[in-house]
Amino acid sequence: MKSADPREEVMEHVPALRAFARSLTRDPVSADDLVQDALVKAFSNFDKFQQGTNLRAWLFTILRNCFYSNRRKAVREAEDPEGTLVGALAVKPDHDGRLQMAEFHAAFAKLSVEHREALTLIGALGMAYEEAAETCGVAVGTMKSRTNRARKELAALMHLDEEGLGSITDQQTAAIVNAAPAA
Amino acid sequence: MRGKQKATGVDDLIDENLKRAFQDTLEEGVPDRFMALMEKLKAAQDQKPPKENSK
Repeated sequence: MKSADPREEVMEHVPALRAFARSLTRDPVSADDLVQDALVKAFSNFDKFQQGTNLRAWLFTILRNCFYSNRRKAVREAEDPEGTLVGALAVKPDHDGRLQMAEFHAAFAKLSVEHREALTLIGALGMAYEEAAETCGVAVGTMKSRTNRARKELAALMHLDEEGLGSITDQQTAAIVNAAPAA
Repeated sequence: MRGKQKATGVDDLIDENLKRAFQDTLEEGVPDRFMALMEKLKAAQDQKPPKENSK
């Protein structure tokens, strides 16, 4: 079995938790605050964590719950103008793919939070539908259809629907798909 | 003509972009802020007797 103390394992999930938090908050500073809230909550609830079950999904669920409860509070306190949040995701400077990436971030930020979380868990973090469904507290079928709808919506926003795909050149596609992660 | 293939192409394109969008964060590792926080949380917990232990 794995290490006896699941607290030791938490650390390895922090990068993915930060990524998930960024997709939810669309702001790197709020995202890290959210991760901090979630970690504090996780530590004070470790007695409720069942050893041998999925720690990652448990942590992601806590983070998600923190996000939704903070959000309810924030909405009560002040309306946050959508415009200030859009585009707050860090744009990766990348010679060839820069424009596409900036467009991608802008389009992603326009999606509903449900769609953003589905795409982040499945598409970006590579979770299985089952695990993502567990994290979000929905049925696997719901997670699948949510992800499909989110992909379609994002494709439409970026004009990557079937006709649109034909309009971007092979070179552009290659730039997006094959951009090397490290220069 | 290649409707299905194109749709898959779009999905792949989206997933590739999603991975790239979050790559920086994933590769950053664990910032000091969280290292320190975890140490603090662990230390606080180790000092505290478990809830069941009523004195």
